[in-house]
Amino acid sequence: MPDFLLLMKSELMITLIIFILLIIKLGKGLRNEQILTLIQVLLLVNTAIAAIITEPGKLFGEMFQSNSLICLQKTFISLALYLVSLAFSGWFRKTEHLTEFFVLMLSSVLGMYFLLSAGNLLMLFLSLELSTLPVAALANFELEKKKSAEAAMKMILSSAFSTGIMLFGISLFYGATGTLEFVQLAGAVHINNLQLMALVFLISAFAFKLSVVPFHLWTADVYQGSPTPVTAFLSVISKATMAFVLAALLFKVLAVFEPAWHWLLVWLSLATMLIGNLFAIRQTNIKRFLAFSSIAQVGFILAGMTGTAVSGTASVSFFILVYIFSNLAAFVVAGILSDQFQVEDLEGFRGLRKKNPFLAWMMALAVFSLAGIPPAAGFFGKIFLLGSGAYSGHVWFILLAALNMVVSLYYYLKIIRLMFMEESAADPVIYSVSRSEKFTLVICASGIVFTGVFSWIYDYIYRISS
Amino acid sequence: MTALWLLPAIPVIISAAILLLPERMTKAVSLVGATVQFLAIILLTLCFLSERSDGDQSVFLFQQRIEWFSSWKIGLHFGVDGISIAMILLTAAVVTAGILVSWNLKQQQKEFFILLQLLAAGAYGFFISLDIFTMFCFLEIAVIPKYMLIGIWGSGKKTYSANKLALMLMSGSALILVGILFMYYQLPVESRSFDFITMAAHPLPLNIQLVIFPFIFIGFGIFTAIFPFHTWVPDGHSSAPTAGSMFLAGISMKLGGFGCLRVATTLMPEAAQYYSIPIVVIAAIAILYGAFATMMQTDLKYINAYSSISHCGFVLLGIGFLNHSGINGAVFQMVSHGLMTALFFAVIGMIYERTHTRKVSEMSGLMKSVPFISAIMFIAGLCSLGLPGLSGFPAEMTVFMGGWARSETVYRVVTIAACMSIVITAVYILRAIGTVMMGPIKNNSFAVLDKAAWNEKWAALILVTGILIMGILPYLLYSLVNPATGEIIKKLSKG
Repeated sequence: MPDFLLLMKSELMITLIIFILLIIKLGKGLRNEQILTLIQVLLLVNTAIAAIITEPGKLFGEMFQSNSLICLQKTFISLALYLVSLAFSGWFRKTEHLTEFFVLMLSSVLGMYFLLSAGNLLMLFLSLELSTLPVAALANFELEKKKSAEAAMKMILSSAFSTGIMLFGISLFYGATGTLEFVQLAGAVHINNLQLMALVFLISAFAFKLSVVPFHLWTADVYQGSPTPVTAFLSVISKATMAFVLAALLFKVLAVFEPAWHWLLVWLSLATMLIGNLFAIRQTNIKRFLAFSSIAQVGFILAGMTGTAVSGTASVSFFILVYIFSNLAAFVVAGILSDQFQVEDLEGFRGLRKKNPFLAWMMALAVFSLAGIPPAAGFFGKIFLLGSGAYSGHVWFILLAALNMVVSLYYYLKIIRLMFMEESAADPVIYSVSRSEKFTLVICASGIVFTGVFSWIYDYIYRISS
Repeated sequence: MTALWLLPAIPVIISAAILLLPERMTKAVSLVGATVQFLAIILLTLCFLSERSDGDQSVFLFQQRIEWFSSWKIGLHFGVDGISIAMILLTAAVVTAGILVSWNLKQQQKEFFILLQLLAAGAYGFFISLDIFTMFCFLEIAVIPKYMLIGIWGSGKKTYSANKLALMLMSGSALILVGILFMYYQLPVESRSFDFITMAAHPLPLNIQLVIFPFIFIGFGIFTAIFPFHTWVPDGHSSAPTAGSMFLAGISMKLGGFGCLRVATTLMPEAAQYYSIPIVVIAAIAILYGAFATMMQTDLKYINAYSSISHCGFVLLGIGFLNHSGINGAVFQMVSHGLMTALFFAVIGMIYERTHTRKVSEMSGLMKSVPFISAIMFIAGLCSLGLPGLSGFPAEMTVFMGGWARSETVYRVVTIAACMSIVITAVYILRAIGTVMMGPIKNNSFAVLDKAAWNEKWAALILVTGILIMGILPYLLYSLVNPATGEIIKKLSKG
C-alpha cells in the first residue's frame, strides 16, 4: 500500500464521506433517517480506521506528518464526531438540510485532521482556516433564530481577527528565520524581541480558538446562539484539536521559548480558570453555563502544559479524552431537555431525578467528572494536569488551581442540587430518551467510569507521547 | 492473606448487587453484605494478631502491590498495621449499625444504600492504602456520598449544610493534593513515586517539610474539624439522616485524624516537631470552644455535633504531643469517639422517629416510655464525659498522660485547659440527658411510645459492645495499636 494512503487514511476517509454525501444529495431519494443512519455507520468506520495506529511518516516535503500520537488524537476526534452524530439524532431528523450540515461539519473536521498533521506553519494556517470557516455557517444553521445569526457573526469576526493575528505571527517568524517548516524552525528560533512578539501573536491566535481569558468573549454568545449539536461540536471537538495542536507546537517547535511561554501559560491558566469559574457561577442558561465551565477547563489544560514535554502532552491528551466523554454527556442531556421542552434554563433540571432517573444520574456522572470527583475519569485527568504543572515547583500556582477546582465544584453542585434535592413545581412530565441518545449516554458513562480506572489508557498515551 | 483489596471491593460489589436486584431486596443485601464484611474484618484482625504473635515484626502486614498508573508510579498498594486494623474495625461496626438503623427508610432505598456502601468503600480503601495517591483518591470518593446523603435524605437546611460540607472538605483535599504533588517531586528522579514506603525511605529536607506539612496537616485537619475550619461539622451532622450522621462522625472525621498521623506526622517528623506547639494550641482551643459551644445548644443533634468538635480536638492534641502516650491516646480517642458518637446519633435518630422533636426542652421522662433507648443514651452520654469503664476514659486519660510527659510550660497549660473541658462536658451531657430522661412525662403524647425494634437493638448492641470492650479491656486495643505507634515514635525520635 502506498505510504500516503496509510498516513492520510483519516483525511481520505473523511473526504470520501463528504463525496458520498454530496452524491446522495443529488439523488434526493433518501429520507433524513436513512441518511443519518448511513452517516453514523460511515463515521463509525472512520473511527475504526483512525484507530489503526501507524508508523510515523512524512509526506509532501514535510508538509504533512503523522505519528502514533497524532493517530491517537485523530481517533479521539473521530470518536467524538461519531458520538455527536449519534447523540443529537433527534435534532438531525428534524433539520431540513441534513446533508449540508454534515458536509460542513466534516469539512471542518477535515481541516482539523490536517491541522493535527501539519508540519509547516503554512499548512497549519490553511487547515486552521478550513476548520474554522464551516463552523460559522453551522452556528447560523437555525436560520429563523436571531441569536443564531448573532452567534455566526461573532464567530466569524473573532476568528477572522485571530487569523489575522496568527498570520502576522507566522510572517514575523518567517522574516526572522527564513523558514516555515517545523523541523527547521525548531532549530532556527532564538529568544529575541522580534521572535518573542511572533510567539505572543501565535499563542494569542490559539488562545482565541481555545477561548482563553482574555480572548474568551465570543464563547458564551456563540455557544448560546448555536444549535446544541454545533455547540457540542465547538466545545468538544474544536477545543480538543486546538489543545492538541497548541501542545505540539509549544513542545516540539517552540521549545526554545520555554522560559517565556512558561510564565505566559501560568498567568493565562490562572486567569482562565478564575474568570471561567466566577462567570459560570452567575449563569442561568445551561449552554452559557457549560460555555464558562469549559473555559475553566481550558485553564486546567494550560496548567498541564506548563510541565515537561512528555507529561504535558500525555496529560493534556488524556484529559481531552475524558473531557470528550464528560462534556458530551452533559451536552446530550442538555440537548434532550432543550429539544423536547424548549427549556435552555438551568431550571429545566429541577426535579429531574423524579422525572427521569436515568438522565439525572447520567448528568450527575458527567458533572462529577467535570468537577474532578473520583472515581470519575475527570479526577484523574485533572490531577494529572496539575501533577504535570507541579513539575515547575510553583506551590502557589498549584494551590490556586486546586482551589479553583473547589470553586468549580460549587456551581457543578448547583446542578446536582436542582436535579436531586429540589422538587419541581410543574406537573411531572416524562422526558423520553430515544435509543441512540441512550446509547450515547451509556458510552459516555462507561467512558467516564473506565477511562480513569483502567490505568493502561493513560500509560499508553504516556508511552507514545515520549 | 493477600486479599486486602477485597475490603474496598466488597462494598462496590454490594452496590452493584443492590443496583441489579429488585428494590425489595435492597436492605437485605446491604445488611448481609455488611455482616459478611464485618466477619471478614474480624477474621483479618485474628490473622493479624496471630501473624504478630508468630513474630512477624514488619511494620505493615499482608502487603500487596498492584501497579496502577505505571507512568506516575502509582500503585494499589495495600497493607495494614495496628492503627489501620483498629480503624477498619471501627468502620465495620459503624457501617453495620448504620445500615441497621436505616431499616425503616422509605424513599429511594436503592440509592441510599448504594451511597452508604460507596462511603464505606472509600473509608476502607483509605485506611488500608499504602500509596498516597490511592489514599487521596479514596478520601475524595467518600466526599460526594456524604453530600448526596445529606442533601437528599437530610432534614432542616439540608442543601446549605450539604454544600458547606462538600466545599469545605474539598478545600481540604485541595490542600492535601498540593502537598502530595510536591512531596512527589521532592523525591530523587529515579525513585519518584507516590508509594508510602518509598517516601518514608527518602526523608524530605527540613525546609521543604516546613512548607508542605501545613498543607497536608490542615488539609486532613479540615476532615477532622480542626479549629477554625470546623464549621461544616454542626450543620453537616445535624442535617444528615441518622445513618449519615453516624458515618460522618464515626468514620469520616477519623479519615482526617488518620491522615494527619499517617501522612503528615510519619512522613514529615521534623516539621511535626517544629509545628507541635501551634497544633496543641489549636487543638486546645477546639476542645474548649467545642465544649462551651455545646453548652448553648438546645437541639440534641447539635449537642452531639459540637461535642464532636471538642472530642476530635483530643485527637489532634494527642498527635501534637508527639510522644508515645499522646499518639496512642489519639488513636484510642478516634476509636472511642467513633463508637460513642455513632451510638449517640443512632439513639437521637431513634428518639426523633418516636417524638418528632430533637429539642431538649420539649422532652422529659423518656426513661419511663422507652427504657431501652434511654439506657443506651445514658451509656453514650457517660462515655462522652469519660466515665471509667467506658471507652472515653482510657482514651482521654492516655492523651493527658502524653501531655504531662512533656514538661514545657506551653504543653502544661494546654493540658490543664483540655482537662478542664471534662467538667464542661459533664455539665452539658448530664443536663441534656437529665432533662430528656428524668422527671415526670410532661408531654402526654410521649407517655406511650414504640419500644425499640430488633434492628435498633442490634445496632445499639454492636456499638455498646465495642465501647464496653474498649472501656473494660483497654489493653486489647493497646496491644494492637502500640507497636504501630511505636514505629511513628521511632521516626520522630530520629528526626
